[in-house]
Amino acid sequence: MGILDHHKKIETHATLLLVLSFLVVTIGGIVQIVPLFYLENTIEKVEGMRPYSPLEIKGREIYLREGCYNCHSQMIRPMRDEVERYGHYSLAAESMYDHPFQWGSKRTGPDLARLGGRYSDDWHVQHMIDPQSVVPESIMPPYGFMMNRELTQADAEHVRDIMRVYQILGHPYTDEMMELAVSDFFAQADEFGDPVADRYAGAQQRSFDGQEGVVTEMDAIIAYMQMLGTLVDFDTFVPDASR
Amino acid sequence: MWDYIKLAVLGLVVVVAAVAASMARDLAYLVHMLVIILAAVITFIWVIRRIGEPAPVANANEYMDGPIRYGVIATAFWGVVGFLVGVVIAAQLTWPQLNFEWVQGYLNFGRLRPLHTSAVIFAFGGNALIASAFYVVQRTSAARLFGGGLAWFVFWGYQLFIVMAATGYVLGSTQGNEYAEPEWLTDLWLTIVWVAFLLVFMGTIIKRREPHIYVANWFYMAFIITVAMLHLVNNLAIPVSVFGSKSVPVWSGVQSAMIQWWYGHNAVGFFLTAGFLGMMYYFIPKQAERPVYSYKLSIMHFWALIFLYIWAGPHHLHYTALPDWAQTLGMTFSIMLWMPSWGGMINGLMTLSGAWDKLRTDPIIRMMVVSVGFYGMATFEGPMMSIKAVNSLSHYTDWTVGHVHSGALGWNGMITFGMLYYLVPKLWQRQGLYSLSLVSWHFWLATIGIVLYAASMWVTGIMEGLMWREVDAQGFLVNSFADTVAAKFPMYVVRTLGGVLFLTGAVIMCYNLWKTVTSSPRRDAAPAAAAVPAE
Repeated sequence: MGILDHHKKIETHATLLLVLSFLVVTIGGIVQIVPLFYLENTIEKVEGMRPYSPLEIKGREIYLREGCYNCHSQMIRPMRDEVERYGHYSLAAESMYDHPFQWGSKRTGPDLARLGGRYSDDWHVQHMIDPQSVVPESIMPPYGFMMNRELTQADAEHVRDIMRVYQILGHPYTDEMMELAVSDFFAQADEFGDPVADRYAGAQQRSFDGQEGVVTEMDAIIAYMQMLGTLVDFDTFVPDASR
Repeated sequence: MWDYIKLAVLGLVVVVAAVAASMARDLAYLVHMLVIILAAVITFIWVIRRIGEPAPVANANEYMDGPIRYGVIATAFWGVVGFLVGVVIAAQLTWPQLNFEWVQGYLNFGRLRPLHTSAVIFAFGGNALIASAFYVVQRTSAARLFGGGLAWFVFWGYQLFIVMAATGYVLGSTQGNEYAEPEWLTDLWLTIVWVAFLLVFMGTIIKRREPHIYVANWFYMAFIITVAMLHLVNNLAIPVSVFGSKSVPVWSGVQSAMIQWWYGHNAVGFFLTAGFLGMMYYFIPKQAERPVYSYKLSIMHFWALIFLYIWAGPHHLHYTALPDWAQTLGMTFSIMLWMPSWGGMINGLMTLSGAWDKLRTDPIIRMMVVSVGFYGMATFEGPMMSIKAVNSLSHYTDWTVGHVHSGALGWNGMITFGMLYYLVPKLWQRQGLYSLSLVSWHFWLATIGIVLYAASMWVTGIMEGLMWREVDAQGFLVNSFADTVAAKFPMYVVRTLGGVLFLTGAVIMCYNLWKTVTSSPRRDAAPAAAAVPAE
């Protein structure tokens, strides 16, 4: 047991023990994390991914705030039942603008990665106000208060500030997008507003909660839910065998 | 002079926090600033009342047990709070009507669940770790805690962190990363407290009077330094405004996922395992009055455990968009991790060699042994669930929830209860516990509670996993998602019941400890806390 006898040196020297422990615990992280930043096949090259529009950012903020990720995943695994139930398996590219990722770890409720377009706005409104009225078995809490929370200029400016940080982190927001962020925030909830899709390809624009004239948290969360998983053009997607 | 500097700093904190509060951009930030003002004002008054009084002289040959006594009380308190919130959210999942209309937007499941996980892991577990680390490091180093009042700062600073985190969740301030929900301000504060914790701990070890550093301290040391690393890297974020609680984490998408589970799994590996193994290596030998079974085994499993654990994160991301090579690495190391984990279990259990008869007479030993048993079970179940084929069924289901709770309630909970029962008579100089039969009641309520919890979650987990993937002869999915939710109802009732039993046991413990302090006969006032070398 010669080698174990040398352990005496370590266990009688506090700093040595601390430094060695620290070195030992860094290795795994370095090997697993660092390559993800430079291996080119980590994130697929796809058509259609764009950064979130201002109203969608607000919706995503509400999604985080209410802890939706505690019960809903946004990550479809490439298995027969999941692809049939939820749609095409999720790509790394689809969450490239998510700080942080919202893949989730638990499906107390169904996966939401491709929720966009599956249900009508009316269904969502009804479901958020009283989930059991549309899905009797559901154990989801109600979120009707979002109908009454009107979004203000301050909310829009806060989203613009978030977009500034996103810009620092490399999201391709143009100067035009930044300039019009506050007006786009409100315009997206108004069918006859300035078309937001000019800047955010495929952005849906209408009063999502059915209350004309006011923009509420319900507009934002539904705008977010209706775009989930709809961006990537799967007609042009070729899986990378090396991945 | 030193006191006047303290007063100046506290005054400055109050002014800055008041200005920040007036500029606050959201409610959570405002409340956090008010909490900081309150904490600073209380400390200010406390300091000013002591100015001019002769400073109490601490005997450098005595152990410093004040922060440990407070830590013991905080552990019991946050434990009950955390278990209670757990029972509430288990009931919300069973009967969704409990997400009441009038608390919408504050106490829905999505906001209470982080409150529960943080309360049990960081408040209950964290206080147990800090208190026991301070106790163990003094006894095994034969030295008083380093840093004078710094240990008090660690205690109170950590409570402030808990209050800020908890109020943040309820008021909707979250980063949206599981087990790393607190926002940037709370994270910064925790970093300061944690550095102070490391200083107190390392300082005490460096001035030890024993040549060897006892094995428990290796684990505590690895836990403190690794948690610091994980916390810093995973929480790197850019605040949107210094006057708002919101920040944007710098990592996104697949990298964010990898870093989050590198953090998340090692919150389990170092917070809930390495730290608690430190606890095990002191309190089991003390309570059993037997030396640790194998010194060689402790060396080997210590280094193997801390090296392997850090690789296990990607098993939370099997079959996701994380590249395959990372998933495979995660699975391989998770399976290897089984061995050093069981090394710890064997060392703990075999320490009872020659003292097994104590299981009949000593309910505290019984608690500790069952705790190590649950540790062994959870560390077998974990590697098994990290195998991709098994994970394809278990992932996203209640099976994971059951696995976590058999580890958290069984291993972390039970060893902490054992530690509290051991410490309270010692710290308050009592001859013994108020009632051993109440300890037995606690033991059985907790054990049955855990069994109900874990068993019901195995059943629902495997059932829903199978129901999700079931296809009929024509190849169509048989069950809608809602069908699987409805099918889980009876097991959710059982789970809630298990939680109620576990909570009841903890309340009984609090009563027993309270009576021990207030009405158990005092131990004779020998210089109980004198520093005797290496217990």
